[in-house]
Amino acid sequence: MAQTTSGTVAAATPGTGVATVYDDAIVKMFFTAAVGWAVVGMLVGVMIALELAWWPANMGIPQITFGRLRPLHTNAVIFAFAGNVCFTGIYHSMQRLLKTRMFSDVLSRIHFWGWQGIIVLAAVTLPMGMTQSKEYAELIWPIDVLIAIVWVIFGVNFFGTIARRKVKHLYVAIWFYMSFVITIAVLHIVNNLAIPATLTRSYPVYAGLTDALVQWWYGHNAVGFFLTTPFLGLMYYYLPRAAERPVYSYRLSILHFWALVFLYIWAGPHHLLYSALPDWAQTLGMVFSIMLLAPSWGGMLNGLLTLKGAWDRVRTDPILKFMVVAVSFYGMSTFEGPMMAIRSVNALAHFTNWVIGHVHSGALGWVGMMSFGMLYWLVQNLWKRPLAHPKWANHHFWLATIGIVLYTVSMWAAGLMEGLQWRALNDAGQLATPAFLDITHRLNPFMWIRLTGGAMYLTGAVMMAINFWQTIRGPGAEVSPTPVPVAAD
Amino acid sequence: MSDEQKHNESSKAYGRFHRRVLEGNGALFAIATTVAISIGALVEIAPMFSTTSLSWQRADWVTPYTPLEVAGRDIYIREGCYLCHSQMIRPMRSEMLRYGEWTRAAEYQYDRPFLLGSRRLGPDLQRVGGKYPDAWHFEHMRDPRSTSPGSIMPTYPWLYRQKYDPADVAKSVRALATAGTPYTATDDASVAAALEAQADKIVASLATTSIQVAPDDEIIALIAFLQRLGTEGKKHFAQQAAQTSEAAPAPAQGTPSATGGGQ
Ligand code: HEC
Ligand code: HEM
Ligand code: HEM
Repeated sequence: MAQTTSGTVAAATPGTGVATVYDDAIVKMFFTAAVGWAVVGMLVGVMIALELAWWPANMGIPQITFGRLRPLHTNAVIFAFAGNVCFTGIYHSMQRLLKTRMFSDVLSRIHFWGWQGIIVLAAVTLPMGMTQSKEYAELIWPIDVLIAIVWVIFGVNFFGTIARRKVKHLYVAIWFYMSFVITIAVLHIVNNLAIPATLTRSYPVYAGLTDALVQWWYGHNAVGFFLTTPFLGLMYYYLPRAAERPVYSYRLSILHFWALVFLYIWAGPHHLLYSALPDWAQTLGMVFSIMLLAPSWGGMLNGLLTLKGAWDRVRTDPILKFMVVAVSFYGMSTFEGPMMAIRSVNALAHFTNWVIGHVHSGALGWVGMMSFGMLYWLVQNLWKRPLAHPKWANHHFWLATIGIVLYTVSMWAAGLMEGLQWRALNDAGQLATPAFLDITHRLNPFMWIRLTGGAMYLTGAVMMAINFWQTIRGPGAEVSPTPVPVAAD
Repeated sequence: MSDEQKHNESSKAYGRFHRRVLEGNGALFAIATTVAISIGALVEIAPMFSTTSLSWQRADWVTPYTPLEVAGRDIYIREGCYLCHSQMIRPMRSEMLRYGEWTRAAEYQYDRPFLLGSRRLGPDLQRVGGKYPDAWHFEHMRDPRSTSPGSIMPTYPWLYRQKYDPADVAKSVRALATAGTPYTATDDASVAAALEAQADKIVASLATTSIQVAPDDEIIALIAFLQRLGTEGKKHFAQQAAQTSEAAPAPAQGTPSATGGGQ
């Protein structure tokens, strides 16, 4: 009954002797979308990085000025790239973990096409300046309605699959997926409540600081439940698979799961430190952010210690390399985050490029590298072929790693520099650099370094896409490349 | 060792409870997760709707945006200006020297959506109103380098070609009124009249520097919005200062919940 090769799509259903056939076609669809949107989203990222280094790059075209393109970047990388990666991994792993086909093939397809449709609508409306202005909730209200509908469809499919599972116990990856499905629904609906004025414009039901608090409750938990918990779920399934080791500690996974989902929700106000938000709310945001370090590192340790006994393979296997770097960056950015949530540190970091450095150490390091690791593992298992260019995976790894280092280090340097210079006073107690632009100009070299790092990261992603294309389309014979899994089935 | 075995190994009571009760029951697990994520949300957000909270977010020296300012604000949102410009001055000496008095909660009371911003690629705009003449903004938005050599801000030439539509602005005003902004006259005619009256003033002020522009050009609405930012606060703080200098020692300014107290 246990799968003999990880690529197997059929598993005998216990007690019935009837083979369950997994729906891998839907997994391949999400997989393809994830790879395509990765390239698009990162290309837009490189474009806005160029505009910050050299403003004329917008060529005077309204649709691609910084203010209109930046939301396209964030939406494309979060909802299109990271979103499709999560769906790929969830549809693939949950069928296997629960030993059943997805609840409904029709709902799976509505979910897929609905989600891609939403992304296309986003790519059209955002450059046209149609936006609600709330970060990561920019999409206009009719698209928000579509998102809610598609999300509910996904939810029905998800819980329907759980209901008809052939395995009694829910594996830890499923817990994390579940927190993703539930929390994103709640966040999305509450944050987007608005009164429509026209088909493309609406005004929120909340005003002023209440609106700001609701938005950052949403914004921080979009990070928590879109870029963190589903990826931890992916880590819990694919890291043991790739390493061929069982998860290090079951008890640790219970503790850090519940602590993480409980604590995350409180931390939103760390985005509003030193605003006129009441002190008690700011303090709660700060204290809970600091506490968040513990469950975050619990997850990191559980991931890294799973590799116990497999470290020799980490040196040679690019998939494990991607995953190890991902988990390490997860640890790093969840150490940095709580530090930045301390008021006096935030006084320096807020509004600066430091935040951008933090964002991308999480986004490029954790989300991106985890995705790449999973995608390289999946392409060989889904299509049952070895990579067309095995060496390229290694080149991709190094391009991405060096790219992240250039990106984050330059942004930390720029952030510290501007933070210190904005506040520096001279002996007379007056501003040492009163002209804002003087400070902006000193940051320019860092903007070029970031652009270089981003371009390297993008190049790696393009190599991956070509590699996958040639693997899938190439003449390669069907083989079972990855050996027998031991854990998590 | 399989994962199953690993699971069974757990000897602690919570491990057994988790395994037997929660992991075997998807619905119960989902409910427990929902409860876990709801507590923090309720504790932090619900008080924002209490009457005390709503009262510290209000002040009578702040008025709603005029229709022209609403139109300008919508352009500000459309162009993503808030991605480079914050509207939040923190209570720190360096910030107040650079941008002016720190921002009070009440100053945001009519902001739908809020536009505090999270990045400062350009300067804070909370109190930019009145800092420059209208003509400065007119030149700056067309080519930021003309007023600020070496600026990295984009040019916005299309604001000088595109026009706002009074009927469309009226729809925004009505939606804002539905959301709770206290507008009294929201019909098309009143909104159009208010737009015209305010736009004409800006056109006239620009004409003194021999700039010719139509009153319904988008740039006029944007200038109206920029020129209003923070002005009510400035006026209020000046009045307060004048009063306290008459009546000896100054009580602390602003709301009792005022943060931090500066550096
Ligand atoms: C890429 C970032 C960027 C974008 C987008 C941007 N700005 Fe700016 N803005 C700047 C920078 C940098 C400065 C400082 C130099 C200057 O005066 O141009 C500035 C200055 C300003 C100033 C003068 C502030 C002062 O106190 O001197 C105003 C007003 C302004 N911008 C309005 C806008 C508006 C309105 C928009 C949207 C239509 C906008 N900006 C979009 C970067 C940006
Ligand atoms: C090729 C790679 C990338 C490049 C060059 C890039 C570049 C940029 C730039 C220039 C900005 C605007 C920074 C600013 O406002 O100063 C930005 C913002 C952002 N990017 Fe990226 N990016 C890349 C990949 C990603 C990925 C993969 C993700 C997420 C999974 C991501 C998530 C974000 C987010 C969330 C923001 C908004 C940050 C904030 O509001 O503070 N980026 N990116
Ligand atoms: C324990 C975990 C974390 C904590 C406590 C934390 C804390 C913070 C803090 C304090 C800020 C700065 C807010 C500001 O001053 O504007 C921030 C910004 C941000 N963080 Fe984190 N962080 C954590 C983990 C992560 C991870 C893992 C990611 C990415 C995957 C991430 C993505 C972001 C993003 C996108 C922003 C920018 C939001 C914006 O301004 O638009 N964070 N975080």
